[in-house]
Amino acid sequence: MAKTVRIGGEEEIGIRPATPADVPGVIALDQEVTGLLKAEYWRDMFDRYGARGDDSRFFLVAGAPTRIDGFIVGEVRAWEFGSSPSGWIFAVQVRARLRVQGLGSRLFEAVAARFRAAGVDRIRTMVARDNTVIHSFFRSQGMMAGPFIELEMRLD
Amino acid sequence: MKLQKATEFALYAVLELAADPSRQLTAVEIAEKYGISSHHLAKVLRDLGRAGLVDAVRGVGGGYRFAGNAKRLTLMDVIRLFEDAGSESEDAAPRPPGEDIAEGLRFVLAEIDAQTGATLCSISLSTMLKLVARRPWTAAAETRPARRAARRAR
Repeated sequence: MAKTVRIGGEEEIGIRPATPADVPGVIALDQEVTGLLKAEYWRDMFDRYGARGDDSRFFLVAGAPTRIDGFIVGEVRAWEFGSSPSGWIFAVQVRARLRVQGLGSRLFEAVAARFRAAGVDRIRTMVARDNTVIHSFFRSQGMMAGPFIELEMRLD
Repeated sequence: MKLQKATEFALYAVLELAADPSRQLTAVEIAEKYGISSHHLAKVLRDLGRAGLVDAVRGVGGGYRFAGNAKRLTLMDVIRLFEDAGSESEDAAPRPPGEDIAEGLRFVLAEIDAQTGATLCSISLSTMLKLVARRPWTAAAETRPARRAARRAR
């Protein structure tokens, strides 16, 4: 059942697992926030994380299919370079005008509850160093630097 | 990043006042709590007042009150008022060409500075106060001996 959240004392926004009808709304919200249209990416993400009914992969949305106000995607990952099973969040988005009102926190809590039910006791993620909005959001949820370091190199 | 005393005092004062925006405290009260110089702190509080982070309440029973937005204001916002944050590499004296080792070391140290900057920019005063209430360092201290023992057993 969808969990409802009252935002700004006027709207009630439900949090629930995504359905195929939500995908266009997710694509639109992501495009609104990032300025990039990634339709194929989000359809693939839904197929892999939302459509399978898997109890270790979660694609949650906030809002009605006609207007998605936020979403969060995560899965339980294990044993990457010795990392014990943990909940990995790799996408979170909230409509700009609804930020800092608790919707992102409720999405985070909803996916955290599912991770707990899946048997893991910690959450991990990776954010761009210059993405202060998302970085601050995860910090506000209580996340700290973990024991892993992200590395990369150019393949010239 | 090594913080100057004034920056450290500013962070103490701003966080102390932001913990309860309705409360007003004098420089002496804050200084006594943190065991720091009230004279130095008074100067820092005047700077914070000029920046609009605190309001000075004059007269008997006066003091300072938090005047910012704790959800928006980050640790870096406070630090930047007192430190030339991020300018170390720009200020470094030009080096003659061919000093590859020096360049390489600066490149690695810049990576650390970038990480430090991102961390300080991501923590709002409100998040910092929640972190203080949670005291995560106590849990870290409890798990440290167990981790050390596990490493020794390997």
